[in-house]
Amino acid sequence: MHRHEECRQLLNSLSDYVDGDLQQELCDEIELHMKDCENCRIVVDTLSKTVSLYQTSADPATVPDDVRERLYHSLNLDEFLKL
Amino acid sequence: MISKQDQETFSLDALRNGDRAEFARVVEAYSPMIYRLGLKMLNNPQDAEDILQETFIKAYRNIGKFDGRSNISTWLYRIGTNEALMSIRRKRPEAISFENPVAHESEPQEPLQIVDWCCLPEEEFLTAEGRARLDEAAARLPANLRVVFILRDIEGLSTRETAQVLDISEMAVKTRLSRARLRLREDLTEYFGQLVEEE
Repeated sequence: MHRHEECRQLLNSLSDYVDGDLQQELCDEIELHMKDCENCRIVVDTLSKTVSLYQTSADPATVPDDVRERLYHSLNLDEFLKL
Repeated sequence: MISKQDQETFSLDALRNGDRAEFARVVEAYSPMIYRLGLKMLNNPQDAEDILQETFIKAYRNIGKFDGRSNISTWLYRIGTNEALMSIRRKRPEAISFENPVAHESEPQEPLQIVDWCCLPEEEFLTAEGRARLDEAAARLPANLRVVFILRDIEGLSTRETAQVLDISEMAVKTRLSRARLRLREDLTEYFGQLVEEE
């Protein structure tokens, strides 16, 4: 992979490509390149999987009850604490 | 994610006039996201609780200075990330150089490990060990990359919102996110790639 200048240039755009933020022309270039470059296809697929794993496995944002109680207390807002 | 939460509107006038009930509504709406930010940044529930309290104490003290030009959530994320980065700096001063550009920002780390682990059964990714590896890999990121990754990929902020929170350019957000993701991919390939070889 290191030997190929085209692969190296591709790296700069991969994150935007995974997000769907890349211009169509550049997407076409990447897709054309991946047809002939198995390593880059694997990097793109595993990068995309990495991002989706984090995005989908993120714990729901919640505050444990005891932490919430102490927060309201530290702000002198105990009267507004609804359990 | 900011835009979704900001559908809940708050009276800036009431907040500036010290309306405690209105501030309690802000705390109720945004404490979960600040707590999760602290947990992901510091990997320790006690530190996350400290960040949570400090963020809202500072917000309460400074609400009069909030000019309303950004969303309230952006403002809270900004206070929260500053608190988290300061906490990391206190614990490990050498671990962070957020003000300075990431060295060689324009040169992404080249992939070293080429194993296609996307073919693994979906349940392999959801095991306790698999999830722990995701957390460990994120915790290993340098703080200045980790914070961008958390805001963008965990908290779901846009590039522009992340740039506002961190007071850096959108280009810097994109560059740091790209570097963070490539590092994570590399790290996860070590683990999931091994599972592929074992199959």
